[in-house]
Amino acid sequence: MPRRNDLQKILIIGSGPIIIGQACEFDYSGTQACKALCEEGFEVVLVNSNPATIMTDPEMADRTYLEPITPEVVAKVIEKERPDALLPTLGGQTALNTAVKVAEKGVLEDFGVEMIGASPQVIYKAEDRELFRAAMQNIGLRVPKSGIARDLAQARQIAQEIGFPLIIRPSFTLGGTGGGVAYSRMDLDLLVAQGLDRSLIREVMLEESVIGWKEYELEVMRDKKDNVVIICSIENFDPMGIHTGDSITVAPAQTLTDKEYQLMRDAAMAIIREIGVETGGSNIQFAVNPENGEMVVIEMNPRVSRSSALASKVTGFPIAKIAAKLAVGYYLDELPNDITKETRASFEPTIDYCVVKIPRWTFEKFPDTEDLITTSMKSVGEVMAIGRTFKEALQKGLRSLEIGCFGLDTGWLNDVLPSREEIEKNLLTPNSKRIFYLGAAFKAGFKCQEIYALTKIDPWFLQQVKQVIDLEQEIAGQKPLPLERLKKAKKYGFSDRQLSTLTKKAEEEIRDERKSAGLHPVYKLVDTCAAEFEAYTPYYYSTYEVEDEVRVDPTNKKKVVILGSGPNRIGQGIEFDYCCVHASLALREEGYTSIMVNSNPETVSTDYDISDRLYFEPLTLEDVLHIVEKEKPLGVIVQFGGQTPLNLTVPLHKVGVPILGTSPDSVDRAEDRKRFQVLLKKLGLSQPPNGTAVNLKEAIQVAQQIGYPVMVRPSYVLGGRAMRIIYDAADLKTYITSAVLVSGEHPVLIDKFLEDAIEVDVDAISDGKTIVIGGIMEHIEEAGIHSGDSACVLPPHTLKPEVCAQIKESTRALAKELGVIGLMNIQYAVKNERIYVLEVNPRASRTIPFISKATGIPLAKLATKVMLGKSLKEMGLTSEKEITHMAIKESVFPFDRFPGVDILLGPEMKSTGEVMGIDASFGLAFAKSQLAAGQMLPAAGNVLLSVRDHDKPALCTVAEKFHQMGFDILATRGTAAFLNQKGIPAKIILKVSEGRPHVVDCIKNGDIQMVVNTSLGKRRTQDSYLIRRACVEYHLPYATTIASAYAMAQGIAAIRHNQLTVKTIQEYTS
Amino acid sequence: MKALIALEDGTIFEGESFTGSGEISGEIVFNTSMTGYQEILTDPSYKGQIVTMTYPLIGNYGINQEDIESRHVQVEGFIVHEYQPFYSNWRANMSLAQYLKENKVLSVEGVDTRALTRHLRLKGAMKGVISTLDLDPVRLVKKAINTPSLVGRDLVREVTWPKPYYWKDGPVEEPHPVPMKPYRVVALDLGVKFNILRLLEKECTVLVLPAHTSATKILSLNPDGIFLSNGPGDPAGVGYVVETVRRLIGKKPIFGICLGHQILGLALGGKTFKLKFGHRGANQPVKNLLSGRVEITAQNHGFCVDFDSLDQEAVELTHLNLNDNTCEGIRHRHLPVFGVQYHPENSPGPHDASYLFDQFFELMKKHKIRG
Repeated sequence: MPRRNDLQKILIIGSGPIIIGQACEFDYSGTQACKALCEEGFEVVLVNSNPATIMTDPEMADRTYLEPITPEVVAKVIEKERPDALLPTLGGQTALNTAVKVAEKGVLEDFGVEMIGASPQVIYKAEDRELFRAAMQNIGLRVPKSGIARDLAQARQIAQEIGFPLIIRPSFTLGGTGGGVAYSRMDLDLLVAQGLDRSLIREVMLEESVIGWKEYELEVMRDKKDNVVIICSIENFDPMGIHTGDSITVAPAQTLTDKEYQLMRDAAMAIIREIGVETGGSNIQFAVNPENGEMVVIEMNPRVSRSSALASKVTGFPIAKIAAKLAVGYYLDELPNDITKETRASFEPTIDYCVVKIPRWTFEKFPDTEDLITTSMKSVGEVMAIGRTFKEALQKGLRSLEIGCFGLDTGWLNDVLPSREEIEKNLLTPNSKRIFYLGAAFKAGFKCQEIYALTKIDPWFLQQVKQVIDLEQEIAGQKPLPLERLKKAKKYGFSDRQLSTLTKKAEEEIRDERKSAGLHPVYKLVDTCAAEFEAYTPYYYSTYEVEDEVRVDPTNKKKVVILGSGPNRIGQGIEFDYCCVHASLALREEGYTSIMVNSNPETVSTDYDISDRLYFEPLTLEDVLHIVEKEKPLGVIVQFGGQTPLNLTVPLHKVGVPILGTSPDSVDRAEDRKRFQVLLKKLGLSQPPNGTAVNLKEAIQVAQQIGYPVMVRPSYVLGGRAMRIIYDAADLKTYITSAVLVSGEHPVLIDKFLEDAIEVDVDAISDGKTIVIGGIMEHIEEAGIHSGDSACVLPPHTLKPEVCAQIKESTRALAKELGVIGLMNIQYAVKNERIYVLEVNPRASRTIPFISKATGIPLAKLATKVMLGKSLKEMGLTSEKEITHMAIKESVFPFDRFPGVDILLGPEMKSTGEVMGIDASFGLAFAKSQLAAGQMLPAAGNVLLSVRDHDKPALCTVAEKFHQMGFDILATRGTAAFLNQKGIPAKIILKVSEGRPHVVDCIKNGDIQMVVNTSLGKRRTQDSYLIRRACVEYHLPYATTIASAYAMAQGIAAIRHNQLTVKTIQEYTS
Repeated sequence: MKALIALEDGTIFEGESFTGSGEISGEIVFNTSMTGYQEILTDPSYKGQIVTMTYPLIGNYGINQEDIESRHVQVEGFIVHEYQPFYSNWRANMSLAQYLKENKVLSVEGVDTRALTRHLRLKGAMKGVISTLDLDPVRLVKKAINTPSLVGRDLVREVTWPKPYYWKDGPVEEPHPVPMKPYRVVALDLGVKFNILRLLEKECTVLVLPAHTSATKILSLNPDGIFLSNGPGDPAGVGYVVETVRRLIGKKPIFGICLGHQILGLALGGKTFKLKFGHRGANQPVKNLLSGRVEITAQNHGFCVDFDSLDQEAVELTHLNLNDNTCEGIRHRHLPVFGVQYHPENSPGPHDASYLFDQFFELMKKHKIRG
């Protein structure tokens, strides 16, 4: 069947902010879907609250609503737009859940909207445990046995049915805490009692244990004619018991015979048919008993997922694009395979390489939580690596992580191996460093069987790790390195850096040796068909083989390499990928060949049709240099991918690689503390008083000199980033002696902390002559909270025009002095109308997509063209765009994933993503931003106020406002006394330490609708911490600063007086 | 041990033998299946051929006792990128290298198999020699040139089992004991894969006969249906089988797979031709023109029926390869005869087309009632 002509307008729901478990893979799938449907001539309407996505670019859809993804807002969009169909399967769980709720409200029926891709019935059947189990029974497949218990007697009965061992999981706890494996009746009684206590709804689930079984995933697609194909099989390196998002995974499956694989394939086809997914992609997970091959079905996602994004990058098959086309009627055999052109999409990709995906965690950001990997996902990003051997792919993947390891490089030499006990412990309990402990175990002489017993990682994988370690040991014991061994090492994925450590030579020496022996990588194609057909898409990976397939046109001088941002992590996420994508599009618009280098499979930048050539490679000096040597580009763009490419700037520049845009020297002037001070002095700009210290004594002296409070950070970081605000000498002593490593080489940096200052972020673009301010963003939270974590408003809502003018002037002066060509970001603090420069970054910042969405000016694209030599004047941008609406960026945090972590904000960034609220007034825009971030602002009820002394005076206005709006104010003793004294009625509520019923009891009972709690420093008082933690666990809206509390009050006032309305970004910025 | 692979066009690839020393020759072909090496190695259709696996890691799950498609390894030689000496699978009982060594099949790893595959795709399938004994490229290329071609050659007689046998969970010499199955089928063994017999066995008493069995002899057994198996080489090289089949058409329901399908094509008056580099893999899309649905199929063939050469009044095209639009299945419009070029018996490969066996059973049922 060709395209459905009965549909004209289609609504797509995006996935909202980046959170753990739902990252930029849904921008990738959503972008593909928007493009595919626009290409077919449909009118596409999009709802997504995440401004950092490519899919929300105004050209991607006809009508784009940067509005909160809630059932109410989506209903409003439907009412306004009257689409013919709603496609809910491309925006992750968020889109799926929202679509189901919208359907349940009857909105789809009322407005005659058809749900395409998957109906609510299909979604229920796939997601409801009981319906799913029954469906699987219908087709003769098995799911692990399970049951729900609300008391011990029930639990015992269920346990009898399931048999031991079994898993006990309390329902509704954070991060899957409080569960465990019961091997006996005694274990059962203990764990059930514990679990019931921890569960927020006094309920535990008992499940047959398949921990340690082999885990597999299949990506399946189906069309309306019931054609079903499997796009990719994935085998998890880590066995069952670890969330697949937190597992190292490998494609294709490695240890299944064809007989076993085909049974799984048959099961997958039966499942997609039984669940009834009519069109599109699904992800199905299986577990296989390693002892006898018994297979159980774990779950099915009736939508594109993180794994389907991975499968698309693994095979080259664009699952989301095809899913979108199938949803509007096409059959698989009517759609071409873009890569081969002559063959169709109705086939199963076959690959002739091995792919490894490795998660990237950021436990260092949350030192209060244990580094434990469980069934609840904790990683914030991932890398993918391609090789012709598993060993090569694994080592490329490990160095792509950018965690200071250049392969399976344990950092432990033989003489300093961890103890046997430590190794055993780390093998037995999965954690983010387990892969390195595997290496250590082999070095320490553990047998494969022993390691298998501890980890249940399939011996095939263990043997691969052993081969790497064996070769490492051979190399370490040998000097000079014979060519044959060097060759073997490269085939095993060893980096020059690893070899340099092992042979105690400089990395350059290894590189030179290799070059003079003619040993360099070749590039091979990802082509969906293992070379059976000619491929037209230039999607490459490096390997050490004979034939090089890359088609480099040596006469083409207009080639530019863009270095991407690598794995998502806190502090470097989708915003930078957005900029890289724009750079690539701009290069192509200007007639240049764009060459993308990146290692992150979730991104739009690694989609094969974004750039003229895609190299799926680690972003290390060695790997990038190989590409540069091959391509000989006009230049390399480093300013869009965040810190990753920036760190490569100097080494690339040193070996003569041309860097486009702002010169490496300017970058250094902005980054080097001393040179930066000279620069500011020259321009007559101020910065907070500061100094450095190499020991405690000096530190105390410096701090005394500049006065407390001070902001301290180490210049060299071990594990954590450890930036902190210190209020007195005692605090400083603890910090210096326990938190950081300070030495002559690695001094600690001390800055005066400007209390209660307003922080401002400015993004500007410069072509060397004209400098245009992209936007001035006033932070809601005061200075001292990481700019990535605070909410900000564009244009500034409280700064005086004179201050803004001064900020603009300083920005221009800095851009000019630094000779910025491209983008620049500056952070200022404003205190008593005085301006301090906190930081200058001559590169794209996290806020570029936000400003671009709010103003309609594509700053990253313009900056790219500027780097190619175009002037801003030529492109018609000579002055700042004044907007009449308000745009708010709010951050989204992963606190619910990390038990035991305090939610207070500070100088360390902790957020994973962002949303945008846009409307005519500050209040409405702020309310939308909160709604989009998942903070359901109450219109009435009880608000709890509990603040530190310092904040009490400022609290008055906030309390007054809540009181006026009819809220009842509850407050802890001190705060209540203060408010009552000021004439604001407040009822005293007990702290946890003061007896019961206390504040947490009230939260549990639903007697509190919102919380304002500020606290000094970190976890200073247990009482205050317990209040904040309860907010996370019971999903209460909360503010941890007075500024954000005030903004929330304004937001509440706005929604009490106005109905929320929706408006497209195209209307705001046209 | 160093090994050289020499192609008849003078191209040389280097590798390392992982099965000891030796020298072999044959037509070099590539297979794109990511799993199923054991089935591929034992598939008699590969007689006379050296198989390259495009998936680079081979040997991962070892060798087991069940996944065999004939009595021994059939390929002349085996080429992989990285052999996996450590295997892991609950059914495995030996390593791939040990199995190949026991079967005396020269096998090479460390080869840029993607380059080799691209070469064959661009230049077409070609003859080649693998040697660890003679490392002189010039001599090896000469040997490759002098290797006999597959075209017009009868390889069937090298793989057909010389004596009739019954199939019950495996080859048995004794007549089939009770319980009787609904149908009695004669399978003409042109190099039959065991999985075909396993699937036929579900509904049939299966008697396997050597390729040279005469039509008279077959008809004298009065079977309910006749099955023409897969097999190696060029259908034009087995004129005697074509002649036999010509005499069988119309007498009994006939189902042919692969070489059996090509022989049907020839017996029905058509022609066959050699494909540039063949179809070998488990991901080939075939459209069933009768249902409009697409099947993902296992394939292994270098020759193909030229559908245009057939009398289209009498013969209907039922299956089409969606990659290159070649003929993948035909049926007679009036007589109970049909065949497919691909492998509905899979092994290795998807099970999408196993319905064809049911069609064969149905056809026999219809004829039994009518008869």
